[in-house]
Amino acid sequence: MSLLRLNAVTHRFGGLVALEAVTLDIAAGGVTAIIGPNGAGKTTLFNVISGFASPSEGSVHFGGEAITGLAPHIIAARGLVRTFQLVQLFETLTVLENVKVGRHLHTNGGLLNALTPFRGRAMEPDVEQTARDLLRKAGLESQAEALAGALPYGQKRLLEIARALAAEPKLLLLDEPAAGLSHVETARLSDLIRTVAASGMTVLLIEHDMGFVMTIADRVAVLDFGKLIATGTPREVQRDPDVIAAYLGTTEASYA
Amino acid sequence: MNWLATIWAEARRGPALAALWVLAAALVAYVFVTGSYLIAVLHFAAIYVVFVTGLNIFMGFAGQVSFGHNAFAAISGYTSAVLTANYGWPPLPAAALGIAGALICALVVGYPTLRLRGHYLAMATLAFGLIAYEVAVQWQSVTQGYMGISGIPPFGIGALTVASDRAILLWLMAVAALGMLAAAAIRHSRLGRAFVAIAGSEDAARALGIDVARYKLAAFLISAFYAALAGSLFVHAVGFVSPEVFGLHMVVLAFTMLYVGGIGTITGAGLGALAVALLPEAVRRFSEYQDLAYGALLIVILIYAPGGLAALSRIGRTKSAEPGA
Repeated sequence: MSLLRLNAVTHRFGGLVALEAVTLDIAAGGVTAIIGPNGAGKTTLFNVISGFASPSEGSVHFGGEAITGLAPHIIAARGLVRTFQLVQLFETLTVLENVKVGRHLHTNGGLLNALTPFRGRAMEPDVEQTARDLLRKAGLESQAEALAGALPYGQKRLLEIARALAAEPKLLLLDEPAAGLSHVETARLSDLIRTVAASGMTVLLIEHDMGFVMTIADRVAVLDFGKLIATGTPREVQRDPDVIAAYLGTTEASYA
Repeated sequence: MNWLATIWAEARRGPALAALWVLAAALVAYVFVTGSYLIAVLHFAAIYVVFVTGLNIFMGFAGQVSFGHNAFAAISGYTSAVLTANYGWPPLPAAALGIAGALICALVVGYPTLRLRGHYLAMATLAFGLIAYEVAVQWQSVTQGYMGISGIPPFGIGALTVASDRAILLWLMAVAALGMLAAAAIRHSRLGRAFVAIAGSEDAARALGIDVARYKLAAFLISAFYAALAGSLFVHAVGFVSPEVFGLHMVVLAFTMLYVGGIGTITGAGLGALAVALLPEAVRRFSEYQDLAYGALLIVILIYAPGGLAALSRIGRTKSAEPGA
């Protein structure tokens, strides 16, 4: 059974059709990459899946249940967590605190817990430990007490992913995770995504860096002008004539 | 005890800030012992510490704007005043009812407006604050309009009352300290992290499962509670209330305190209230130029310490973090 299913999803901005009857199944486990030229509708697709936009037509199912049009925080609580193309950190908080916020869904308690010094704080050591473990995995442990806004760009991206991982999603959506990363940071990102996927989490990512996609993705889906034009393994997709024409371009056919 | 650790960490990181706290404590002790005329100023300051600490939870933590928290102080203050002075209620139940009433009003105002982004909330709260003031002026049969209500009894249980200037100072300082400790505890809890996350990025907060509208409302209600508490504290400490007490001036003063102290920080809200309440006293010798000197001092603080007094904790440190509390 597929973990995520898009059923004939169409999304229009006025007269512009950003997504046209996209039907897509994402099986549980592994890494799927969504590729496509600029303006192909990749981020719109992410917005529709994560509840930041409602599809004009069609439906989205996650874990067998319809999540079409649900609020983002409710979809997140079902186990679907995303990052953003333009990194969205809590810039005035420390790196550690950013990740602690990610534990929101796995902790509980409100005002009463905040004001009871002992019993209400029973979760805090666990929150702290989980957050520090994730920072270590992302290679940010030495920056734990720094302000998130002061990090270099590449580390901000890694922090956003670490924060999303703190929510322990079933499906992790990464919007261009490798954009702006150095070679070293990209390598660390690859490691991180592989570790995450190996632990059983399903990863769906949008990416432009084709080399990165070819090494990390188990499956690739190709969008062009809002339409899904191909799905398959990276190798299959690379050989697909439609994909070569639409995305890689004829001059880059030799790449495949 | 997390908040103790928080305060100790703040003191260690900022010796300059810790020195300010020691100075503040010394001043309170001096005034308490000598019974100087400044005692009334400190009453006023302590009440504003409560008000500003609450406003800081909504504006500093959750990153929202309210121009109308004076309304919650007015609702609670007037309820306390009318019930005790006109109907002979004991102060505690009167204050409790006043605070409950203010919270209900906060819920009614906050629930629809907090779902909107942008300036709607600020405008709605401004209107709400102005309406509360007008009601206090016009509803003469209950509030006695500009005349105000006098003869409000002090806080107390039975024969045990907080009546002397010194007792009132201790009582208000204790409430202010408790209010600040509670705010520190909130800041470093799951609830507080949700608040600061909303201030940082609503989209990211949503993506991590935080119900933004709900937590904004929670921050609004908590800060309304502080404002209402400050309103009741005022009328029972001073024994008199008039519409001007809870007018727009209250909002201007609270904003000044919040920014002078350092918005978003616990110590800032407290020190800001104390400093701004004392400023007119410090520049009193300039007599007719008092307002001018007062304004100039504020400008200097905002230029040279734009993060407020709380930013003094950064002096002597290089580039390390200030975790927003």
